Amino acid sequence: MTSALASLFAVESGTAIYQTSGWFLENVWLVPFIPAMSFLIILFFGKKLPNGGAPIGIAMVGVAFVLSVLTAGQWISQVNYADSHKSEAAHCESLEYDKSKVSHGDDHSGDDHGGADDHGDDDHSDDDHGDDDHGDESGLGLYEGEQALAPVFAVEAGDGNGGAPCPVIKSYTWWSSGGHDITVGTMVDGLTVTLLVVVTLVSLLVNIYSTDYVAGDRRYTHFFAFLSLFTAAMLFYVVSESVIQMIVGWELVGVCSFTLIGHWWEDQDNSDAALKAFLTNRVGDIGLLIGMIMLFFAAGQTSSVFQINAAATAGAIPQTTLLIASLCLLAAVMSKSGQFILHTWLPDAMAGPTPVSALIHAATMVVAGIYMIARLYGVFFNGLSIGGSSINALALIGAVTCLFGAMLAFVQDDIKKVLAYSTISQLGYMALALGVGAWTAAIFHLMTHAFFKACLFLGAGSVAHSVHSFDMKKDMGGMRKFMPHTYRTFLIGSLALMGLPPLAGFWSKDEILAGTGGWGVAGGTGGNGAYTFALVMGIMAAMMTAAYMTRVIYLTFFGEFRHVPHGDDHAPSAHADADLDHAGAASPAAHGDGHEDHAAHDPHESGPRIVIPLYILAFLAIVSGFLNFPKGFQLVPKGLQTRFEHFVEPRAAAEYFPSISHAAPSWTLAIAATGLVLLGAGLSWFYYFRLVPNQELAHDATPEMIARSRTELVNGPTSKIGALKGGHTALVNKYYLDHIYDKGEPVETSGAGIMASLYGLAAGLGLGITLDNGLDLSLNTALISGVGAGVTVFAIVFAALKSGTGIASFTKGLLAEAADWSNKHLLDGVVDNVGKGAVRAADVVYKIDQGVVDGAVNAAGRASSGAGGGLRRLQTGKVQQYATYMFAAAAVLAGILIVFN
Amino acid sequence: MYLTQFLVLSAALFCIGVYGVLARRNAVLVLMSIELILNAVNINLVAMGAFNGTVAGEVFALFVIAVAAAEVGIGLAIVLLIYRNRRSIDLHEVDLLKG
Repeated sequence: MTSALASLFAVESGTAIYQTSGWFLENVWLVPFIPAMSFLIILFFGKKLPNGGAPIGIAMVGVAFVLSVLTAGQWISQVNYADSHKSEAAHCESLEYDKSKVSHGDDHSGDDHGGADDHGDDDHSDDDHGDDDHGDESGLGLYEGEQALAPVFAVEAGDGNGGAPCPVIKSYTWWSSGGHDITVGTMVDGLTVTLLVVVTLVSLLVNIYSTDYVAGDRRYTHFFAFLSLFTAAMLFYVVSESVIQMIVGWELVGVCSFTLIGHWWEDQDNSDAALKAFLTNRVGDIGLLIGMIMLFFAAGQTSSVFQINAAATAGAIPQTTLLIASLCLLAAVMSKSGQFILHTWLPDAMAGPTPVSALIHAATMVVAGIYMIARLYGVFFNGLSIGGSSINALALIGAVTCLFGAMLAFVQDDIKKVLAYSTISQLGYMALALGVGAWTAAIFHLMTHAFFKACLFLGAGSVAHSVHSFDMKKDMGGMRKFMPHTYRTFLIGSLALMGLPPLAGFWSKDEILAGTGGWGVAGGTGGNGAYTFALVMGIMAAMMTAAYMTRVIYLTFFGEFRHVPHGDDHAPSAHADADLDHAGAASPAAHGDGHEDHAAHDPHESGPRIVIPLYILAFLAIVSGFLNFPKGFQLVPKGLQTRFEHFVEPRAAAEYFPSISHAAPSWTLAIAATGLVLLGAGLSWFYYFRLVPNQELAHDATPEMIARSRTELVNGPTSKIGALKGGHTALVNKYYLDHIYDKGEPVETSGAGIMASLYGLAAGLGLGITLDNGLDLSLNTALISGVGAGVTVFAIVFAALKSGTGIASFTKGLLAEAADWSNKHLLDGVVDNVGKGAVRAADVVYKIDQGVVDGAVNAAGRASSGAGGGLRRLQTGKVQQYATYMFAAAAVLAGILIVFN
Repeated sequence: MYLTQFLVLSAALFCIGVYGVLARRNAVLVLMSIELILNAVNINLVAMGAFNGTVAGEVFALFVIAVAAAEVGIGLAIVLLIYRNRRSIDLHEVDLLKG
């Protein structure tokens, strides 16, 4: 097949140039397929394999990583090829797209059926894509789809767009229905290969790390099987050619996250967290389905990502349709990628084992939403009017998420939860970047963030592995002495996350900030409109990031070791994760024993299988930012600038990507942002490294009490100073979102006022931004002001109810109560009445059925039975009787003849 | 000679034959009665042929005789088989097709 393609596209003639695409680009299905195989092997044979099948997982994911790197290499050569043919104007063209315009006849789908049946399983049974057995390779070179969707450089004279590297698309008919095909296949471009490399690399390191971290776990094999499946699902999602395939991958990722978060499901908290993650994602999935269906029909009944993007980019879909579809998809993104207000599952998901947190909740799964926006950017860009606008839902949600997530990170005592909120905040950055049109910045940040956040998560896991707890205040402190390697890597990861030059986070964060286009005062302009609010909120979030990471570093690695030797005040959830190497040892009593043992000696550095991945990730956290030096950055040669953008960002000439404009980077912005980051870190440093150690330590007798007062010392200023206490309370309660969603703990009285004012503030902010936008009543702004007004009304009603009644029960899950009431009285009422009506109608129908329909049938039966009974007597079996009838009849006939003749 | 005499003879033979077919219980006698009916037909054919001065009547009669011979051959064979199976050729007892 490959050679056939090569011969097909290697032809270079005077009028048309065809590019040979590489083997790895075309056979990228192997990348998800191999981890999927690994899942099956580990699941079925893992217990019999050495080390519970873990080496299989590592090896297979390793192979997938190598393949991804090779794919990336071929993509780079693809881009270089396009560059070398810049003189000719080229555009990517999908023959099937043209064909569908020309003829969309029945014979076409008929052919597909024939093709699928003929070249069926015997030839290509092992070629299916791992998760979908229906993915039938009907492409034998003869099949038109093969030819149709392979990349074509159709060169036209005098268009002047320059060479554009086209995505390598392989598409096969999954099923045909009603004359149109649902396809499945692979689509590879710069975005895909970036994700492939990131996912496989992080997954590989996490797999290696896990062999030590979950050693001795009772479901060790199961854990590795699902790590593989998770990797496979994410890769399957990433290489998706059609939106239907994306939905499948999306849901698979969700399922894997459910199983892995609930890995220790014996603990109710973990089980609840897994359910919460799954159910919160379901909320968004409704939007996903609706949005995808809308796009499917709007783009002319095609599920191809390429064609949907092309149609949206070319303006073939009405803007209103695109807006509604992209908002539906945005709901899905909000749930999957932890955007404010659907982010609440993500911190809870820290109940899963730490490697899972690193893999799923930092580097891969939660970026699925970001990836979807990037993949369908034609839809979002035009739907949300990103270009040239000054506000849109995506940018607003991203900005709010990155700011509010960062605020929440301050009040967490659990090191993983800080990182979880930090992840939310950074995902907000990515959404913000996409919302302001800084596509490359978002993907670049996705990549750098994957590296340094995985490093941080694994570092946190390493610490917890040593002290058997995640509580920074109670059980950590001074870890720098015990765990120098973890300390170093964690510090590097933190600095990268803060965005200090020259670490990775600096480059990507700076690119996002510049991309907002809000830096009009000092040289940096351009971009897609002036998103000033995004710039301000982004910088504030960056400051806070620096501050809370400084806090984490102090609490974990500096100060005194605060672990209470004989403390029995550990919350079960706090050490459930870290106790895993005792978890296999059965009885709950073993937990206590384990603690005693560990308390006896100091914490220790983790083994090489934990430390080496940390160093690799820390290295990447340093260097991965160098991939995309800003344009015009004087310190590096021009050839090294914007390499990432050059190879990853699709060009508008490729027809499936909108023409976005790039903001000019600005020295002043970079310096100002870095200065503010340093200020944030410095304030935090001053508090923790200067003020806290100088405080008086209460002179208590028992070591336990000394440790407790040490824990109290490291409490932050907001929890101590009265005026700030309100804010602290709101943050500890996570903006009361969980209280609204679910019947949780009642809100204490002071919380109610805080909560009401909080939401009022949010509403005011939304309205203010809308008004600031000059009341430009396009659909886009109308929507945002609508949401703002809704939140205002909600806040007022809530505050009124709260202050008026003061009933504690009402504070429990307002949203849940409302949903319950409307469910009982509205929905159930409708359902009841529909049901009763249906019963009555069914009675009538039953009677008609029994009386008329069955009556007719019975009558016919009885009639023929009676007739048969009567006629039976005629048949006596006596020959002479028959002869008598015959002669009698003959005589009668003869008589008739005589009479009538 | 008048045609009427032959026709009357033929009618008489036919009636005797019909009576035999309908009334006799012995299968062989029923077959013989069938022969009587056929021969009544033959007499009619020959008489009318002679009356009209053609040989067509004789020719038809010859065909009928040939067919009758075949019919008797098969009929007697059936009767023989019935007898072997049931030790009787009483037609009243052969009513296996009774409904």
